[in-house]
Amino acid sequence: MILSKFYRNTFLVLLLSLVLSACATQKAVKIDSKIQGDVYTGTDSVKYLADGVKDRIFFATNESVLTTASRDTLRKQAAWLRKNSDITVVLEGHCDERGTREYNLALGERRANAAKDYLMTYGVASDRISVISYGKERPVDSGSSPLAWSKNRRSVTVRAN
Amino acid sequence: MKNILFLIFLLVIFFAKSSFALIEIDITRGNLTPLPVAVSPLHVESKSSEVLKEIKVGSEISKIIETNLLRSGLFNPLEKDAFVQKPDIAHLKPRFEDWKLIKAQALITGKVNITNDKLRVEFRLWDVLAAKEMMALAFTTVPNNWRRVAHIISDKVYKRLTGEEGYFDTRIIYVSEAGPKTQRIKKLAIMDQDGANTKYLTLGNELVLTPRFNPTNQMVTYMSFFRNLPRVYLLDIETGVQEVVGDFPGMTFAPRFSPDGKKIIMSFAKGGNSDIFTMDLETREVEKITEHPAIDTSPSYSPNGKYICFNSDRSGLQQIYIMRKDGSDVKRITFGQGIYGTPVWSPRGDLIAFTKMYQNTFYIGVMRTDGSGERLLTENYYQEAPSWSPNGRVLIFYRETKSGSQGEGYSATLWSIDLTGYNERLIETLTDASDPSWSSLLTN
Repeated sequence: MILSKFYRNTFLVLLLSLVLSACATQKAVKIDSKIQGDVYTGTDSVKYLADGVKDRIFFATNESVLTTASRDTLRKQAAWLRKNSDITVVLEGHCDERGTREYNLALGERRANAAKDYLMTYGVASDRISVISYGKERPVDSGSSPLAWSKNRRSVTVRAN
Repeated sequence: MKNILFLIFLLVIFFAKSSFALIEIDITRGNLTPLPVAVSPLHVESKSSEVLKEIKVGSEISKIIETNLLRSGLFNPLEKDAFVQKPDIAHLKPRFEDWKLIKAQALITGKVNITNDKLRVEFRLWDVLAAKEMMALAFTTVPNNWRRVAHIISDKVYKRLTGEEGYFDTRIIYVSEAGPKTQRIKKLAIMDQDGANTKYLTLGNELVLTPRFNPTNQMVTYMSFFRNLPRVYLLDIETGVQEVVGDFPGMTFAPRFSPDGKKIIMSFAKGGNSDIFTMDLETREVEKITEHPAIDTSPSYSPNGKYICFNSDRSGLQQIYIMRKDGSDVKRITFGQGIYGTPVWSPRGDLIAFTKMYQNTFYIGVMRTDGSGERLLTENYYQEAPSWSPNGRVLIFYRETKSGSQGEGYSATLWSIDLTGYNERLIETLTDASDPSWSSLLTN
């Protein structure tokens, strides 16, 4: 009897905590559906170089490390560039507005070069890729929110010809 | 610019008798009571009053002096309504009891006339309590130079009463901004320290950033995205001639002059790595100062030219480092919480100003050159890029506001703050503004 009451209470507590945590995760999912671990995963500003070939990749704050998704995008870009050998591209590196201007110029350059290096390992000749950093000067989203900043931390592959 | 600079100021010191400083301001303390000072409108002598403009010049000059003194935070200019004595009589011999009555401790008087098409401005500084003249000077210049005369008088008064050089006869170079955040139009702009005489030096066709004066204030080094090739440029303010600095196969940025004006120090980015280089403007010789796979940027020389402070993320995140001018003996000096950027060496040599980012807040601060004694002067949503007044007492920097999802509510403005952390003030500009840089004193 005492035991079963104990079990019942435990069960209730467990049930309650499950319901609560479900609520919590649902909320969290809603807010961060376009950001994962500080990296933008949405498609709002993304354009396409060709069918299925996204033009941009996104970075975490202060980072230039390529995510799994970024590497996937870049491999598709590389395949497209290998197929269209007359096309040259400019990689434009960008940062969010939450950093000092001069450092961001360097960071944008580092991001674009991370993309360039990856394209090169997948067979795109370096003379077909040029790099420019805009630092924080050319955001794509003018908001001041974590979501806007995540969209702005990017490297965009732009056709140069 | 040159013809303004080289207009001869005939500096006539009359009544050269030595006077002892009886009133003095101790500016080492932070929150002191400003010294009450009466700035009498300058008397316009009747024989030259056919030039109507001059009548205004007398009171305009006194207004500029008042504004300068007020904005320094060290002086409290008194209401002119309370002045009893007429400007011309006060200038000859003030009735000190009258000025004492309105609690003035210092009094500035003067007169203006035009002789042979030249503007002659005479001023005197009086110690009201001691009933003595402290200083008397006269300047002769072309009439439309009257604003500068007002700034020079302000500097003389400031120096006489504080014992330190002033910073009023100076200019600010900055980036004028307009348009939506995603497509901002930026132009180089120059103005007097008090916001007057704004001139644009570029048209806004290309993005321009981070202008900085050379020691003689005739040249500016800045970064431009002309033809989508982001490079460091050199601009002669007088002639408007621009040239790329060096022949680098990649982006150059974050330029500053060496204290002797002979070199430009800057970052050069290639292959994802930014290092610091110098270029000698005469020999065009390029020297690599840092060599590290991390980002090295925002270099700034010590005033004696022997050291360089800079920003690097070689420890993982942005921190401030110092090294010898040849790049040897690199030492990290910031170890506090948060990350640090934009170090700038004070013209006095004893401090480094910086931007600090911590928990999504931006601070402007100062510390000693070994990183000790960090003091944060002001915090805000976004601010960065401090630049020192030539006397090392005031910092100018820029702020950005948080914007809504469509960029609404966004602004960029210039601000100044005392080294003490007091006296924070908006510096009004005709447009939005960023990347300010303070000139040295124009007259020396």
